[in-house]
Amino acid sequence: MRSLQPNLTVNMNNKNRRLDNMNGKGEEKRINRRKFFRTGAQTGLLIGLGGIATLAARKAGSNEYVWQLDPTKCTQCGRCATSCIKTPSAVKCVHVYAMCGYCDLCGGYFLPDTKTLNTGAENQLCPTKAIKRTFIEDPFFEYTIDEEVCIGCGKCVKGCGAFGNGSLQLQVRQDRCDNCNECSIARNCPSDAYSRIPVDQPYLLKGFGQKNLDIK
Amino acid sequence: MKKGIALVVLTILFAWQMVSSYAIQRFPKPEFESGYITPETLLPTPRAEILEVMDVAVLLLALSVVTWAVLKRRSRNLVFWISIFSLAYFGFYREGCVCSIGSIQNVTLAIFAGSYVIPWTVLVFFLSPLVYTLLFGRTFCAGVCPFGAFQDLVSWRPQKIGTRLNAVLGVIPYIYLGLAVLYAATATDFIICRYDPFIGIFRFDALFSMFIFGGILLLCGVFIARPYCRFLCPYGVLLNWISRFSKYHMTITPSICVECRLCEDSCPYESIEKPVTVKNPESRKMVVRKFILIMLLIPFFMLLGGWTGSQIHESLAKVNGKVRMADELLHPEKIQAEPESIEMTAFKASGKSVKELYNEASRILRQFYIGGWILGGFIGLTIGGLLAGRLITRYRTDFEPNRGTCYSCSRCVDYCPIKS
Ligand code: SF4
Ligand code: SF4
Ligand code: SF4
Ligand code: SF4
Repeated sequence: MRSLQPNLTVNMNNKNRRLDNMNGKGEEKRINRRKFFRTGAQTGLLIGLGGIATLAARKAGSNEYVWQLDPTKCTQCGRCATSCIKTPSAVKCVHVYAMCGYCDLCGGYFLPDTKTLNTGAENQLCPTKAIKRTFIEDPFFEYTIDEEVCIGCGKCVKGCGAFGNGSLQLQVRQDRCDNCNECSIARNCPSDAYSRIPVDQPYLLKGFGQKNLDIK
Repeated sequence: MKKGIALVVLTILFAWQMVSSYAIQRFPKPEFESGYITPETLLPTPRAEILEVMDVAVLLLALSVVTWAVLKRRSRNLVFWISIFSLAYFGFYREGCVCSIGSIQNVTLAIFAGSYVIPWTVLVFFLSPLVYTLLFGRTFCAGVCPFGAFQDLVSWRPQKIGTRLNAVLGVIPYIYLGLAVLYAATATDFIICRYDPFIGIFRFDALFSMFIFGGILLLCGVFIARPYCRFLCPYGVLLNWISRFSKYHMTITPSICVECRLCEDSCPYESIEKPVTVKNPESRKMVVRKFILIMLLIPFFMLLGGWTGSQIHESLAKVNGKVRMADELLHPEKIQAEPESIEMTAFKASGKSVKELYNEASRILRQFYIGGWILGGFIGLTIGGLLAGRLITRYRTDFEPNRGTCYSCSRCVDYCPIKS
């Protein structure tokens, strides 16, 4: 630092001299012009920003939005299991018990060509064995999804939709979903089933006749 | 034609089959005698909305504090610690979503697409850094953006790469911004989110290819400071242009530059501009000639770019799923019969007619044609402007940060021997 000191003063003198030289008429004009230009640009940018803001704000909602899939559009293609940024996917099979027939021969639980209706692994449709079958009373069985194990592949949903009541439905589980700015499943969904929906009604379960289901 | 009709018929058949088979009550609800009660279907709620408000509050607070640290405290140390906080909060805790960079797309979509409603929090994420930049320069980049903070953290041995390479690579963000706006406006895709290099690292979960991309960028970042910021970030383009006209940008020296040249090499982004003295000012003739050249150069590049953009609009539109599907149906020879693509199966099941799809696709194609002209013109303007910028000589008496590319990181401040 000490060795620098003389240097500094020398430079300082140079600078002052140069500043004096430059502060002629032309220089003043140049500075004024620059200032004017700068203020103009600032105002312009501010107006531009304001314009974009109002344009977008007209469409701004006070609400937050979340991603959800519409089970009536879904074709159970299997991409919900593979396209989510999370592993395992934030999409799970949701069982709407109120619609379930509690069938012994469950189209969502058993593989189509199953001979004996027991819980043997070779009979199960679910690749991860995420569905639990519990005997209730003759001839009814309850089916529960273990969400920790379910990967959201939709195989059971397809089975239940084809042979049963359609009480198994795929849904984005909002407690697991990161609510990405652009849902990566939505981008890859071939059926256009995904949309942003208001956060106060974050599920799109469907009842019979494709009516929206309102479960508390 | 025949093929078309057959397809339509098939589609309708499929559709009827699918739609009618969905959620029909084939089995009545049992009446249990054992007193079994049907369990409730649990519907867990998303993250509470109050936390979204907190994100906005943290954003505004971080912006204010870092601006104070840059302009008033002039302390690189403080800026560094704020950036670490932002990396932890916006990066690893909030997992990088939603960020100001991506919000460009939400705003575009809100302006162009009819049904999309933009959450107000996203709008604040888009606007507030821009407003702060108009007032104080890019302090957002200095300590709030998690991307910038992440790259700053790893820039261990930054090397200079030279003005020319800097300028050439610096065109990429403009192209990226143009493409992002085009794809968002046509409601095709959010490419900034899709090719986000760091989000996978923030989440510890991503496609392998994105991990590789993020890893490579970070590795480059060790030797080339902030590669994403300088050569990719589309939000940086907006910040750059706004920052050039900022009202109170940071300066290297608190009072007067003595040209000691101590700060000359301190900027890892090569953003410090050297004094240019008025030894031999350009003659009037020279200035006029340059002006005419620029006036011809820019429109030429814009037209060339626009024309090119309009020529390749079909390739650009291929990213859109509907256009791709329509293209496949129009060219049956392209369809692979076995196994049928998932898209084709889904389309057949959707109940939409081929005609509807064609109409939709041709509407999107038209948008891309216009978009192609605009995008190309914009890129032409960028390149023309860049060349023009190299023709203009600006005079400067001090060592100054380039207000456009300076991230206000405040490293240079520590090098200036003048302290008050
Ligand atoms: S990606 Fe779409 S069609 Fe495929 S399973 Fe998910 S919602 Fe259904
Ligand atoms: S079949 Fe697929 S969607 Fe159904 S429970 Fe198993 S993993 Fe989940
Ligand atoms: S928003 Fe993200 S986390 Fe949620 S389902 Fe889509 S990809 Fe998965
Ligand atoms: S240039 Fe872009 S990525 Fe870099 S700090 Fe600024 S906003 Fe973030």
